[in-house]
Amino acid sequence: MAADTILSVENIEVVYNKTIQVLRGLSLSVERGKVVTLLGSNGAGKSTTLKAISGLLELENGAVTAGSIGFDGRKVADDTPHGLVRRGLFHVMEGRRIFEDLTVEENLTAATFALSGRGVKPTSFDLVYGYFPRLYERRTGRAGYLSGGEQQMLAIGRALIAQPKLILLDEPSLGLSPILVEEIFGIIARINRETGVSMLLVEQNAAVAFAVAHYGYIMETGKIVLDGPTDRLVKDQDVREFYLGMAGGETSRSYRDVKHYKRRKRWLS
Amino acid sequence: MSDFLFFLEVSLAGLGSGALLSLTALAFVLIYKATRVINLAVSEILMMGGYFFFALAAGMSLSPWVALPLAIAGGGLIGAIVERGVIRRMLGESAISVFMVTVGLGSVLVGLVEFVWGTNPRTLPDFTGTAPVFIGQLYISRKIAIAFVVASLVIAIFLLLFRYWRGGVALRATATDQAAAYSCGINVPGVFSAAWIIGCATAAGAGILLGAIGGISPVMGAFGLSALVVVIVGGLDSVMGALVAGLLIGLVEAWAGTYLGGEYKLVSTFIILIVMLMVRPYGLFGTTEIERL
Ligand SMILES: Nc1ncnc2c1ncn2[C@@H]1O[C@H](COP(=O)(O)OP(=O)(O)OP(=O)(O)O)[C@@H](O)[C@H]1O
Ligand SMILES: [Mg+2]
Repeated sequence: MAADTILSVENIEVVYNKTIQVLRGLSLSVERGKVVTLLGSNGAGKSTTLKAISGLLELENGAVTAGSIGFDGRKVADDTPHGLVRRGLFHVMEGRRIFEDLTVEENLTAATFALSGRGVKPTSFDLVYGYFPRLYERRTGRAGYLSGGEQQMLAIGRALIAQPKLILLDEPSLGLSPILVEEIFGIIARINRETGVSMLLVEQNAAVAFAVAHYGYIMETGKIVLDGPTDRLVKDQDVREFYLGMAGGETSRSYRDVKHYKRRKRWLS
Repeated sequence: MSDFLFFLEVSLAGLGSGALLSLTALAFVLIYKATRVINLAVSEILMMGGYFFFALAAGMSLSPWVALPLAIAGGGLIGAIVERGVIRRMLGESAISVFMVTVGLGSVLVGLVEFVWGTNPRTLPDFTGTAPVFIGQLYISRKIAIAFVVASLVIAIFLLLFRYWRGGVALRATATDQAAAYSCGINVPGVFSAAWIIGCATAAGAGILLGAIGGISPVMGAFGLSALVVVIVGGLDSVMGALVAGLLIGLVEAWAGTYLGGEYKLVSTFIILIVMLMVRPYGLFGTTEIERL
């Protein structure tokens, strides 16, 4: 693994319940300090990829049966899921997964366990409240009563508390209004700029993902079918047509002409 | 003595045994909250606490104040061994099979006690004194008073730790969403172990208090069954529920036992249980989505 690569996923295969194969030789890498996006349709295996990286796969009876994953110079297979978090890899799961019965502050307290044994100074909650002032106003309230957008902010806030080197973000735009998506992605970009944390961003909303990411991968049924710097991907004819929902150039091609994409997708929501 | 004073004395005694029920219920709740296992062996670990204390204080003639923490630690050790050796290996198996394992463990412990100490009841060496306690004109047995004070203090400490200690946050987070707890860096298996150790140690402590009042015997685990009723009435995952329901059932049992006759004690408990299951199947303070066993 090159010195400036924080994450490298090499040819992994993932099987659930020892029977259902979901990933088929998937490879990708994230450079230190960069935001990389992973796009794909429903069921392509994006969340599975993130769970394979963070080790949460084993909780769902899934296993990496081939290939290898390296994070920050070491194989992830050697770590427990919480050990990986304490090594600097934070997974913001799909659907936010905040602790609803706990207060906002207690949710952040829960994330302080990510600092155990690292010999770093505890993160001030003010860092989170600085990025998300709305959470400050609701800090003693039950997290379950937050709006969807605020819950997503809290989920990202927990990641900030953990002082990670890499954040895996699974569809932060899920179920949010376009304005809120814009606001949250603006903050995601700011967090990357200001703290230098690397990010692997899974999205269905290609337009916003391309706006913050430096590099992108597109996956279909368990493997990568296309990748490149985002400024090149947005110019790509297929991507424009099927991932950004724009009519392609002079002749608008029929769906059947595009071989790698089997299904029509609605990327721009 | 006026009827009213007598009623108050009966009620105080009821609160005393109620506090012990609450303490035992707390053991169930802690373990259930963290690992979603109904550990029926809590009853027998309560009994083991009594016998450990007996073995150390009477058998080895240790000072009760040395025997007490050792016996409690003994309960914790059983918890650690069972969690590590059996329960963790059964991860992902159905709730009912894990439950049955704890039932089996209970029988093993009873067998062990009968084998080592026989089936005769024993009295624990006195470590509390016997002079009765008076509150104004009210008489209470000293041991019941002590049990009440100790159990209440322990429960109060637990409630505070749950609320304000970081470890309490870790436990509640794990109880709400295991995967999310992992993702925050919480050592989830560590939380499981801690809950079993602390829960079983609590049960052992309750067993010593109970044994000090009524002596120990291989069947004293039956008390744990009343505590299980308390847990179901209070809500399987609620510490506050264990406290309130324990006191409630302690009171009702005392009233029923005194005014209706001893045979109505258990009847009244089970009437409460049945009414509760019909009205609020998840308990007074329990989470609504708790599965019923
Ligand atoms: N725990 C599981 N057990 C069995 N199969 C699973 C499990 N989780 C996911 N799958 C299957 O794996 C495939 C990929 O799922 P995954 O959640 O990774 O997709 P995704 O790309 O994240 O989709 P979405 O955009 O809808 O979130 C799906 O076919 C899904 O049914
Ligand atoms: Mg997904």
